[in-house]
Amino acid sequence: MTTGEPTKSRSGVLLDSVRSSSWQSRIAVALIAALLILLLVQAAQEPGEFASQLVIGITNGAIIALIALGYTLVYGIIELINFAHGDNFMLGSFVGLTVLSGTFFGIGLFAPINGESSAFLKVIGIGIALVVAMAACGLINMGIERVAYKPLRNSPRLAVLITAIGMSFILQNVGLVWKGPTQVPFPELISNANVFNESVVAFRWRDLFVIVVTVPLLAGLSYFIRSTKQGKAMRAVAQDKEAASMMGINVNRTISITFLLGGILAGASGVMFGLFNGITVFSVGFTQGLYAFTAAVLGGIGNLTGAVVGGFLIGIIGSMSDQYIGVRWTAIVIFAVLILVLVFRPRGLLGDRSAVQGGGE
Amino acid sequence: MAARLKRYWLPIVLIVAALLFPFLDTALDAGLMYPVITIAIYVMLALGLNIVVGFAGLLDLGFVAFYALGAYVVGWFASSQFNQVSFSFGSTAVSLSGGSPPGIHLSFWILLVLAGAFTALCGVIIGFPTLRLRGDYLAIVTLGFGEIIPRFFQNGDDLGGFNLTNGTIGIKAIDSPGIPFMPDSLSTLQRFSSLDLNPWYYTILILVLITIYVNVRLQDSRLGRAWISVREDETAAAAMGINPVTTKLWAYALGAVFGGLAGAFYGAFTKNIFPDAFQFNVSILILCMVILGGMGNIYGVILGAIALQGLNFYLLPKINDWVHAIGNLVGSPLLSGADIPKYNFFLFGVILVLMMLLRPEGIIPNRQRQEELRGGDEEPAATEPARV
Repeated sequence: MTTGEPTKSRSGVLLDSVRSSSWQSRIAVALIAALLILLLVQAAQEPGEFASQLVIGITNGAIIALIALGYTLVYGIIELINFAHGDNFMLGSFVGLTVLSGTFFGIGLFAPINGESSAFLKVIGIGIALVVAMAACGLINMGIERVAYKPLRNSPRLAVLITAIGMSFILQNVGLVWKGPTQVPFPELISNANVFNESVVAFRWRDLFVIVVTVPLLAGLSYFIRSTKQGKAMRAVAQDKEAASMMGINVNRTISITFLLGGILAGASGVMFGLFNGITVFSVGFTQGLYAFTAAVLGGIGNLTGAVVGGFLIGIIGSMSDQYIGVRWTAIVIFAVLILVLVFRPRGLLGDRSAVQGGGE
Repeated sequence: MAARLKRYWLPIVLIVAALLFPFLDTALDAGLMYPVITIAIYVMLALGLNIVVGFAGLLDLGFVAFYALGAYVVGWFASSQFNQVSFSFGSTAVSLSGGSPPGIHLSFWILLVLAGAFTALCGVIIGFPTLRLRGDYLAIVTLGFGEIIPRFFQNGDDLGGFNLTNGTIGIKAIDSPGIPFMPDSLSTLQRFSSLDLNPWYYTILILVLITIYVNVRLQDSRLGRAWISVREDETAAAAMGINPVTTKLWAYALGAVFGGLAGAFYGAFTKNIFPDAFQFNVSILILCMVILGGMGNIYGVILGAIALQGLNFYLLPKINDWVHAIGNLVGSPLLSGADIPKYNFFLFGVILVLMMLLRPEGIIPNRQRQEELRGGDEEPAATEPARV
């Protein structure tokens, strides 16, 4: 949802920006450069390991990017941090798991699809699980908007944010009642083996699966926003709700559709998360949701390309931190990224809506 | 005189009732001292958060960080955590083998001051770079800090080989508070024991009363009015000569002080602290208290804290029993085995949503806050073209 900037001479702009930059940003750039050099040194020492981590990072990043898109879509249109989005993602993974188990509300419809099923059944099962989870999450997200956010459209922003936090806890407890407090295993449908035999770099079928699902979703979303009438309406509402409604756009319906889209992406992401990691748990939405929010902020909240770029960056930062700092510090690293970005560059890398207060609420 | 009496009778009655509570508890043999002390800790936390959320209008989703920092200050300086050194000052700790016990042992009363000062400092450090941000972004940054600090305590058992926080096990055997130089006739005051809860109760009561006093005095002070103006319109407030960043920073630091004091008391009271006790849920629980009772209203916030903790301690186990009874009656193993208190945050979520939808100003509203929160209703009318 960004508008293209007039193109000047690239190098001239760069020189100008370096000259006018503050000492703070110079230090930040220097630090980031130092970190990158350290990483490259590691990469040069053990290229195979580094590349494998990079692949894992990209795959995790794809999952995070899909959630981040939901945050950014909603923020772009009604300036709300939809706190419940992460928990919607968690419900998506639960829906997918239930579909694969073949038992609904105690009624067994078909035999559970697991590692022993035939390849054809696996593909069909994953396909159905994805579609059902996407539909369910989309509808849940739309329902939440109707019930909880729509009545507060004219309230102070903090009131809506508090409602969103409340919804997040409600969804989380729905997950807790549904599947219990412990981690739930996903059936091993996708092989953990490498795609290319004898390769140093671990590029597994699971990684391939995530990429194969993510790319068409991103392309579809991009087509929808750019080329359809409804997408045009969404962009219009994001720019100016009143003007859009004067042009005959149904603002409420457009907002509903935005939530639907965000939910669909979260649902797909939830199923992929489960299949990729082999487990899911009721509290996964909180951490993954925060990672995704970090990604959205990193890329520039409200900016769709930014969310995808941020998602991949957060995924890679996470996997690099897993490898070179230690798994238990990863969450701290990512939250630190969140804080640093918000403090020093609240507009994000690609920039969109300003987060620094320009006036009253 | 009559007007004064009218203004003060309610607080006086409440304070007297609070002072007499232990006698009542002994007389009735109700055994409510322990839950009441825990509730009092939460009253203090809620009043601290009230300064940030209620008065200054900054949504803080990481208030638990200050609670944790306060508790860890007591943990570090009143236990054997740093057993490389041995240093005691005014402490109740005694070594079994004679001599001074290993670790740093400072008097609880000094630690209270230290914890308050330390958390205030942390509040300023966290607040200074972040308070420029707009409301919802600030909320997320505080949430980030609230997540980082417990995780840091969890991972802090090996910081370059140094064991700072003892990891997930946490810090054990924290010294009891006490006044060692008291005469033997008042031996219960020499070292607070876990058998006689009265000294604990009066300590937290004094802390709560101090918190209430500060809250009351702040409300109508110059600073309190500055908070209201910054909350309502930051640009206008800045134009009137109020520095928004300093004003918000004060709110942040003062709120942090009370969070830290409550944490310090909690650490000494439970004697064992571990990172899992300081999760995001606690921040939300405290926020829920403030919102349920009424943001900015001191009575409301206290009521909110008592209501929600009462719910946790009293009502949820009751509901659990009822559900089990119904489950046994209809023969449903799902109901008779359900663990209802586990789902208390479902209830808190519902409370947050319903309060925001139906009564955003809380049970006992602050008048000014009510107008702000209800102000949204008038907005559409204001944007309509004026009829001439």
